[in-house]
Amino acid sequence: MSNTLQGTPPAGDLVLSLRGICKQFGAVSALSDIDLDVHAGEVVALVGDNGAGKSTLVKVLAGVHQPTSGTMEFRGKPVTLAGPNDALALGIATVFQDLALCENLDVVANIFLGKELQPYALDEVAMEIRAWKLLNELSARIPSVREPIASLSGGQRQTVAIARSLLLEPKLIMLDEPTAALGVAQTAEVLNLIERVRERGLAVIMISHNMEDVRAVADRIVVLRLGRNNGIFYPDTSNQELVGAITGAADNAVSRRSGRRQAQQDLTEGARA
Amino acid sequence: MTSDAETKPAAAAPLDRADTRVRHDTGISGAVRGFLDRVRSGDLGSLPVVVGLAIIWTVFQSLNPVFLSSNNLVNLLFDSSTVGVIALGIVCILMVGEIDLSVGSVSGFASALVGVLWVNNGWPVGIAILAALAAGAVIGVLYALLFNRLGMPSFVSTLAGLLAVLGLQLFILGSSGSINLPYGSPIVDLGQTLVMPPVVAYALVLAAGAATFTSGYRTAARRRAAGLTPPSLGGILARALIFTVALELVVYYLNEDRGVPWMFGLFVGLVAAMDYALKRTKWGRSMTAVGGNREAARRSGIDVRAIYTSAFVVCSTLAALGGVLSAIRLASASQQAGTGDVNLNAIAAAVIGGTSLFGGRGSAYSALLGIIVIQSIASGLTLLDLSSSLRYMITGGVLAVAVIVDSLARRSRVSHGRA
Repeated sequence: MSNTLQGTPPAGDLVLSLRGICKQFGAVSALSDIDLDVHAGEVVALVGDNGAGKSTLVKVLAGVHQPTSGTMEFRGKPVTLAGPNDALALGIATVFQDLALCENLDVVANIFLGKELQPYALDEVAMEIRAWKLLNELSARIPSVREPIASLSGGQRQTVAIARSLLLEPKLIMLDEPTAALGVAQTAEVLNLIERVRERGLAVIMISHNMEDVRAVADRIVVLRLGRNNGIFYPDTSNQELVGAITGAADNAVSRRSGRRQAQQDLTEGARA
Repeated sequence: MTSDAETKPAAAAPLDRADTRVRHDTGISGAVRGFLDRVRSGDLGSLPVVVGLAIIWTVFQSLNPVFLSSNNLVNLLFDSSTVGVIALGIVCILMVGEIDLSVGSVSGFASALVGVLWVNNGWPVGIAILAALAAGAVIGVLYALLFNRLGMPSFVSTLAGLLAVLGLQLFILGSSGSINLPYGSPIVDLGQTLVMPPVVAYALVLAAGAATFTSGYRTAARRRAAGLTPPSLGGILARALIFTVALELVVYYLNEDRGVPWMFGLFVGLVAAMDYALKRTKWGRSMTAVGGNREAARRSGIDVRAIYTSAFVVCSTLAALGGVLSAIRLASASQQAGTGDVNLNAIAAAVIGGTSLFGGRGSAYSALLGIIVIQSIASGLTLLDLSSSLRYMITGGVLAVAVIVDSLARRSRVSHGRA
């Protein structure tokens, strides 16, 4: 209702800007004509029903999938991501839902996986110190960085995955369902973690199905539905309205109108030309 | 959010001792407790090998007192080196969770190639050996292509390779079937008689002990300087001392007879190099990661295909080297080379030594330990004058036990949260 008034424009610079991103898998259009802006120091929640295209969008941004069409601007420059390494090199870090940790390796090895110091004589001491510093910055509770990941709890694994994504000092970090399968206390810790990441001036994209978590931490809520933008909302939006946008159950003139108004508001206030 | 302040480590505590929930074992009792904890949770390490070796040696020694004589042990080391090198390659391919069933055939083909090129065609022996190793590498590249590009499971591609390469071996040997390598050439001496002078053997063991100590000491010093808890110097010194003294005693015992074979020295050198590569280099870390979680490795930017290729190539090349060594050990290249139990012995050695069939866990030293177990069984059964039928059955039984131990330990590790 009054969400247009509360939606303060994000203060940070525009980090990522997508225009008209489409992704087709054969005959299926997983994404069509997606626009998305993310600013520094902002948490954008990406919500949508199953099959809405959230994960596909994250994979496009992570360089795992290449978009069929559309343009991507990162920090003002048009970019194309041919593979995961391109995204990492640009400063786009991703924490996947399955965390992509090697359970047989210890915390230090996982944090530095693929980015080890001194490839021909691994500098374990320097890596361990850096790992502790990263974890301490996140006020993380990890008992020992020399234990295999298999011995850690779900929240601790999430912490390790986030710490790993921060190693390369990214500008944008994407979290795919960071609170799924976590208990109450661990969820709160992960949300704290996300806030700390935002305080460091990073842009955060977070996918979640949990509206409580989304509203607790997000600055903006972008709704996808059936592979299309379905409105931008703010944390004070009513649950009903959000759910309506997500499921399309309340896909009537009123909600369309409010969504459109919201989008327009965002366009005028955002950095879009 | 109020908990943030509590989690800040006390200023005095080292970075890795900030969490008060963790018990940090120190001293001898701590080391023993840590060891028991690890074993109980299924992190067996080399324990099954040591226990197995003790049992096997006790049984065979009581059946035939010649078994543990210096002479027999020196022979055992000669024989271990050939299949041991092949097992080292198997460790490599098992690390990434794949398998190479054709190592026996590749080793036989390599030995035949050396025989044909060197003896029949008159190539210099060094070039002939290099050609055999290159042939092994090419076979590895082929498996890697089949695996990476066509998605062919390594189990199937190498099973096909087992037959195809055996065919190649028979083809290049032609109707003669067997080529004798000239006795008296230095390379054949290496496989037959060359042993280290006692002084050299003692010195090498001493150097290895000193290297263990200095590397441990350096790490401890660096950790202390960096504000991490260093391992205790006493522990490092004690371990290095025990290691050195035990090996010097073994060398002394072997020197009672001929001494330590150079070929075994070569094998141990390869094992040490592989251990360094697997534990202390980015390549080794990537191998372990690919074996543990292929998708995670790919997403962290590791070139997974290149890692698989390197594993296949290293495995096949070491198999070829093992074949060359067995040719000079027997002073002949024959149709029988690499057939029979070579394949399974190599795989069994790696698994018995503690390298997991499921990928992501293992150590180069498992090839060394495992092959000594396998070779002890073979040697003991030969001394008892048992037929090869019984030998196959017993070796097969030991392999089955090793795999069962591996599977049970893995299940236990999973339930204890140790991957």
